Amino acid sequence: MTEPFCEIERVYLYTRFERFWHWAQALLVMFLLLTGFEIHGSYDLFGFKLATELHNYTAWTWLILYIFILFWQATTEQWKQYVPTTKKLLAVAWYYMHGIFKREPHPVPKSARVKHNPLQRLTYLGIAIVLIPVQMASGILYFYYNSLPEWGMSIPLSYISFVHTACAYALLIFLVVHVYMTSTGHSITAHFKAMCTGWEEVPANGEEQGAA
Amino acid sequence: MKKALSAVLVLVLAGMAAVAMATPAGDNGEATKMPPAELQFGRVHSENHTADHSKFPELQGEFTSGPEVTRACLQCHTEAAKQLQETIHWTWLCPAAEPEAHLGKAGWVVNNFCINIASNEPRCTSCHAGYGWRDKNFDFTQQDHVDCLVCHEQTGTYKKFPTMAGNVVSEPKQFGGKTWMPPDWNKVAQSVGLPTRRNCGTCHFFGGGGEGVKHGDLDASLFKPDEQLDVHMAVAGENFSCTRCHETEKHRIAGRCYKSTPLTDRRSLVDFDQIKRITCYACHTETPHEDGHKANDHVDKVACQTCHIPAFAREHSTKMRWDWSTAGRKDESGKPFSRAKNGRPAYHTKKGDFVWASNVQPEYFWFNGQLTYTTLVDKIDPSSSVLMNKPHGDYNDPHARIYPFKVHRGKQPYDAGNNTFVVPHLYPSGKDDPTAYWKHYEWGPAIQTAMDYLGLPYSGKMGFVETEYLFQTTHMVAPKEKALACTECHVRGDGRLANLAGFYMPGRDRSGILDFLGWAGVIAAFIGVLIHGAVRFATRRR
Repeated sequence: MTEPFCEIERVYLYTRFERFWHWAQALLVMFLLLTGFEIHGSYDLFGFKLATELHNYTAWTWLILYIFILFWQATTEQWKQYVPTTKKLLAVAWYYMHGIFKREPHPVPKSARVKHNPLQRLTYLGIAIVLIPVQMASGILYFYYNSLPEWGMSIPLSYISFVHTACAYALLIFLVVHVYMTSTGHSITAHFKAMCTGWEEVPANGEEQGAA
Repeated sequence: MKKALSAVLVLVLAGMAAVAMATPAGDNGEATKMPPAELQFGRVHSENHTADHSKFPELQGEFTSGPEVTRACLQCHTEAAKQLQETIHWTWLCPAAEPEAHLGKAGWVVNNFCINIASNEPRCTSCHAGYGWRDKNFDFTQQDHVDCLVCHEQTGTYKKFPTMAGNVVSEPKQFGGKTWMPPDWNKVAQSVGLPTRRNCGTCHFFGGGGEGVKHGDLDASLFKPDEQLDVHMAVAGENFSCTRCHETEKHRIAGRCYKSTPLTDRRSLVDFDQIKRITCYACHTETPHEDGHKANDHVDKVACQTCHIPAFAREHSTKMRWDWSTAGRKDESGKPFSRAKNGRPAYHTKKGDFVWASNVQPEYFWFNGQLTYTTLVDKIDPSSSVLMNKPHGDYNDPHARIYPFKVHRGKQPYDAGNNTFVVPHLYPSGKDDPTAYWKHYEWGPAIQTAMDYLGLPYSGKMGFVETEYLFQTTHMVAPKEKALACTECHVRGDGRLANLAGFYMPGRDRSGILDFLGWAGVIAAFIGVLIHGAVRFATRRR
């Protein structure tokens, strides 16, 4: 599968905890979507009662994991990987719309210093600081709906549910695209393997030094 | 021989194992012990009796009538008649309403069964705790008109005759194929005690003129219910008498009536020891389920009865529809006739068509404890079904909960000129009664007679109107394993609460636009990546 026109270099990108939180979060989110849409009434799988209970336990688990993820990002300086940039943003977008079909090299190859291209930075940052917090906050409001008056709040359940469901759709759309995007490495499974082993295989065609 | 023996042994052992397995788990110990015979109709709230009425000299006399017994009772229980006479059991009028409102059976309230008692008293007042309420001239102040025995006698032999204005017979008399016997007065008088399910059920299980007619959750199956029918009243279980919950002080029996105000006091006996046990939460508190159980979060909007009474009329059927408009038909020989189905009357010339049903799923409404009754002087809109007693409350009412109801539907006469309900004179006052419907089968004169009797107008033009009458369903609480599953309500489409609007319920409700946009987005993403992948595949290096 190796591309003949370039050398492959192995770079250790994802540490053990990073891989753990990624996959744990992936499983939790998928299970939340599965149980959530059952509660929403989209299908019958576990039964409403069990689906609700599983959804709640899974949600609390995710919240705890998410706190650990944020702590890890903060203490390992990995948060810097999510600092948004517009530099080469359009180039990356154009690459996925055009260059990828011509097997042009990626404008921003992965490196230990730059794990995410500008498009990923924007997407992940948006998910991490907007989508997930909003989803968790609306979930907490949903869970504690009966206590809202005691907390001095009065929000109709339909609003809370609307936001929570809308975010769920957004996460599901992200999931579809995200899973597909793992196939865009130098081989179909390269990115997937990297997230399992930590070692990313990056085409070493001399461009990465220039990428920032 | 040995083989045969071991075969027998194996069979015996297998039989024992089968018996052991057939015995339900937890079906042992105190709870299943049958109570002694005298308690088969319910354990009353207090068994601290200090008197044996059979030893009272006052009760040894030669009684020949009810009022004589009552006078004997009143010699010791000096305030009893006065107390009773202030209650709705005596007046059949809501004590909370102004007299001008005529709110009650004895007033201007109508239902879609026998409609109203006016001019029909002797039949209806067989369920009055009194003697001789024959017509509107009955003296409600006379103390010995009170019938102590019907509520307090414990022999089960004291029966008021169905058409004698609350009186008992003095010699054997037939009605409906059964014979009513005069009571052994001394025996019944000396048997008195606190009321049991048999005392209350004598009238309340037979409301509307027959067993199971009116309330879907009160019928003769509750005389000796098992645990499946009612967890509180089960003979082999808690064996509640009615007054365990309908606590009584000075003959005032706790419960709702026509002009009840919204139920606002949510305290339980845990909060205050003087709380009446009339509500579920009085004993069970407002957090009756285990800690963290979602149902504890439901109590602010859903009544206990909604989940815990999955169906009413679970053993005996109950009347669901009464169509007066078909009354009056005769058979080929021109005589009144009747027809039965499944042991219940289906048609009678006197009354029209009936529909009965068992194991009925209730209908659900927001209800804060208050009902507004359409009385004889209120205008109705006959173009659609008229709700005769409207429950108050909605989602935004903090005192309202979703409650289960039996809805009895009917088609009954009304004044098509004045758009009001009317009362027909049904029960003949004697052989020469000129207008009674049950004698002449003519609506016009029958209605005119009853309305004149009431002093209310009648235009002379009658029609039939569809009506609905609600009964709050609160008895026949099922074992907790039989409580409703979430998806009875939290489901799209035809869930039990499909008709209740004004609030968002997970599983039932959704935003159609959001769902459309959401799935459109998911599908678009999916198609997008498929196309992208396909193009990558098509342009791959060969």
